[in-house]
Amino acid sequence: MSQPTAQREKRTEPTETTAGPGPSRWAALPLPVRHLSAAALGLAVVTGLLFVTGDLTALRIAAIGYTMLAIAGLQLLVGGSGQVSLGHGAFMMIGAYAMALLVLHQPMLPISANLGVIVVVSIVAGVAVGAATARLHGPYLAGATLILAVGLPGLAHRFHDLLGGSNGLNIRTAGVPPLLQGVLSTSEWRALVVWTTVVIGLAVLATISAGRLGRRMRAIRDDETAAAMAGVPVGRTKVVAFVIASTAGGLAGGLQAYVLGTVTPSSFTLVLSLTLLAALVLGGIGSLWGALWASIAIVYLQIWATDLARAMDLSRDAENNLPIVFFGVVLILVLRFWPLGVHGALQSLRARLRARNS
Amino acid sequence: MKTTAPEHLLRADGVTVRFGGLTALEDVGLHVAPGSVVGLIGPNGAGKTTLFNVLSGVLRPTAGTISWKGQPPPGRRTHHLAKAGIARTFQGLNLFPMMPVIANVMVGADRLAGGGPFSLISGLGRHHKDERELRERALATLERFGIAEYAARLPGTLPYGVQKQVALARACVGEPELLLLDEPAGGLSGRQMNALAEQIRGFSRDMAVVLVEHHMDLVMDVCDHIFVLDFGKVISAGTPDQVRADPVVTQAYLGTPADETPTDGGPVAVDQGLNGTRRNGAAR
Repeated sequence: MSQPTAQREKRTEPTETTAGPGPSRWAALPLPVRHLSAAALGLAVVTGLLFVTGDLTALRIAAIGYTMLAIAGLQLLVGGSGQVSLGHGAFMMIGAYAMALLVLHQPMLPISANLGVIVVVSIVAGVAVGAATARLHGPYLAGATLILAVGLPGLAHRFHDLLGGSNGLNIRTAGVPPLLQGVLSTSEWRALVVWTTVVIGLAVLATISAGRLGRRMRAIRDDETAAAMAGVPVGRTKVVAFVIASTAGGLAGGLQAYVLGTVTPSSFTLVLSLTLLAALVLGGIGSLWGALWASIAIVYLQIWATDLARAMDLSRDAENNLPIVFFGVVLILVLRFWPLGVHGALQSLRARLRARNS
Repeated sequence: MKTTAPEHLLRADGVTVRFGGLTALEDVGLHVAPGSVVGLIGPNGAGKTTLFNVLSGVLRPTAGTISWKGQPPPGRRTHHLAKAGIARTFQGLNLFPMMPVIANVMVGADRLAGGGPFSLISGLGRHHKDERELRERALATLERFGIAEYAARLPGTLPYGVQKQVALARACVGEPELLLLDEPAGGLSGRQMNALAEQIRGFSRDMAVVLVEHHMDLVMDVCDHIFVLDFGKVISAGTPDQVRADPVVTQAYLGTPADETPTDGGPVAVDQGLNGTRRNGAAR
């Protein structure tokens, strides 16, 4: 029984667990180097996937990418520091609108510069909200961030001229660079841009999580008084966790705007924040791997449910609502049978296999 | 006895704590000399843990001053005191339940490690080197406390005695100059208690220790100096022998003999006791 819980402390990048030969030399490398090489490997896997699949799947892979980044940020906040935020979708909205405004008003800037600006904007927003809510605990923090999730989409209507009201903003971003024309389609290029950003973001999150900051966050999550008495600056660490999470969320929103080419307030409602949180629980709250399963669930359950509704020739109303019901049922079933989420289930499976082999 | 040392490591003067109308501590003075073991005793509800919380920065006193090495403490928050070298254990242990023992202990050594966020993310600078040292230090401490075999276990899966050792290891790993122990002997068997006394004497070679404890044998055994609290006041202070001989202490613990009319209370005063004054000398 100690296996799944012991793993909770050791958050690893995907490939680290498969690094069989030469673990001592691998372990001797500095943490960021290890995580970045894992990230490079992850990017290679995604590139390979893009080449064997079609254009439509490329967009879905991109969607999994930015959703995963958003959930990974939330995972650091909820699983890492024990703060529950219902406003994660609001930070995605900030990132998405920042991207749209940058493309519309500064069309000459390259995508990397846009993403850099989005990081800065998200950090500022995260500090503002995090500092205001640092003294709130549990349900009070959730309530305060709930206000953000409910209120922020309203800004798009309030500043109609700038943010485009309920129609939102439509943007056109540059496609494949001339050098790679013919090798990649536009969707594949976008998916690659997304995943490059995502794996770097995940490597940073994994490094933070495995480093002292991550341990401080977990100490605060487990016992605030004892953490403070051990010299952990509780308030500051909580704000930092909040800022990191909101930066990941903002970056994810920016990438979403880049891929979809459109930003509307209706895609960043409270439902998005709640879905992210629910998916995180479904994927497994203790690990970055959980973020991967969670994002796959968000993207593909929707698609499968819609396909299912079409195949069964259901009415339009049923077709629109089936994905929500489907997601809810899957969430309930997963938590009923695997309380630690998909990742927890996979881990206990692995532990059982290992026990049988040895 | 080192109580006459010229410089006190920690000193509390005139500390008063009120929770609304309730006075938990009133004008309490206490001093701890470097390398000494100071005991803090008193009946239940005397204010021992409140004083402890004040000393460790968890609670801010209503009035009074705390000085650390002759100066005001480096900050008002708990973690400032911890960084300055004050560590404590808790009555309820307060281990981090979802973190393995080794990580629990590493958090305790947090103040010794350096390297900022840039160093963490880039891999340059001190962070990752310090992190390795922290792990080695934590392992060495677990070794010293005889619990190295449990390093990867979660605290909740361990016997209570081992959990206590984890809590002690977490407090000691950061090489504090002052160690505050809140009821370290609670729930221990007689044999474990003897081992604990030995341990506390060992601590005092490197650091000063303040001890809140109910077990008189342990307190009399290991302490150089004892403060006795009752109803939020220091009613007696001195060496174990002096305290043991003090009739006020006996009275506080056992109450006033029934056949003797108390000097500062008694049946007459009980009627007046309703208006919120504290009732000294009432049998407990």
